[in-house]
Amino acid sequence: MNPELVGRVFPPTAPYLVGREKVREFSRAVFATNPINFEPGAASAAGYGDVVAPPTFAVVVQESTLAQLLAEPDGGIDFSRVVHGDQRFSYTRPIVAGDELTATLAVTSIKTLGGNAMVTAESAIIDVTGAHVVTAVSTLIVRADAE
Amino acid sequence: MSELIVGEVIAEQSYTVTRDSLVRYAGASGDFNAIHYRDDVAHSVGLAGVLAHGMLTMGVAVQPVVDWLGDRGTIADYQVRFTRPVLVDPVVGATITVVAKVGAVDDGTARIDLTVTFNDETVLGKAQVRVVLA
Repeated sequence: MNPELVGRVFPPTAPYLVGREKVREFSRAVFATNPINFEPGAASAAGYGDVVAPPTFAVVVQESTLAQLLAEPDGGIDFSRVVHGDQRFSYTRPIVAGDELTATLAVTSIKTLGGNAMVTAESAIIDVTGAHVVTAVSTLIVRADAE
Repeated sequence: MSELIVGEVIAEQSYTVTRDSLVRYAGASGDFNAIHYRDDVAHSVGLAGVLAHGMLTMGVAVQPVVDWLGDRGTIADYQVRFTRPVLVDPVVGATITVVAKVGAVDDGTARIDLTVTFNDETVLGKAQVRVVLA
């Protein structure tokens, strides 16, 4: 892969509108049981405007930024050789139904180790007011060509 | 929650993930990589069979902490390393066990360490949740 990707910042993604049913669907899929993930009343009692997305829901918004990275013409990343190494989310606040979110990707590090490359991609997710919501950081391992 | 003690187990929970769970997660997350629902595709890339999405394992593993935390605080940071695959049998699925333990306590925040196992082997490394207590 292209080491000159380090420091590259991609254009912000198209806004993602978080739907209430999408939050419920994702919540069921990760075995969530907390009422704030499903019931607006419970979410409201806890101080939120609508149902609250589980912590890893941010990956749904992050995904379009990783697609940008893999599609980068000079990136040289072969998707079929990519393995997910690490994942991290740093939150300012939880994602809530009704949020309109935009993600901006930056490549923060590329390391090469025994033919494999490790690329760290950081996606900062902000709401419609420009306030930070969560940053999703993925380290992807791009395996070396088959011997 | 100032009475949190380092080393204390705050939650322990097992989850059985089936092929149905993987299809459900694929739809909910938008991750339609076929290694998560087709054995032939998994085999063609050298895997023993269909694997759970790493992000599904990560998503499930934090749930005991979410339930324990309730309205007593919020999650400020959550990280994992994917160290071993979770092979999901078409008939019996895969049972993932999560043990959540207090790793560190500091002025209003705590680090919860997760031990996530499948078939008695850990599948996530450095799985840590930082919570801010209300």
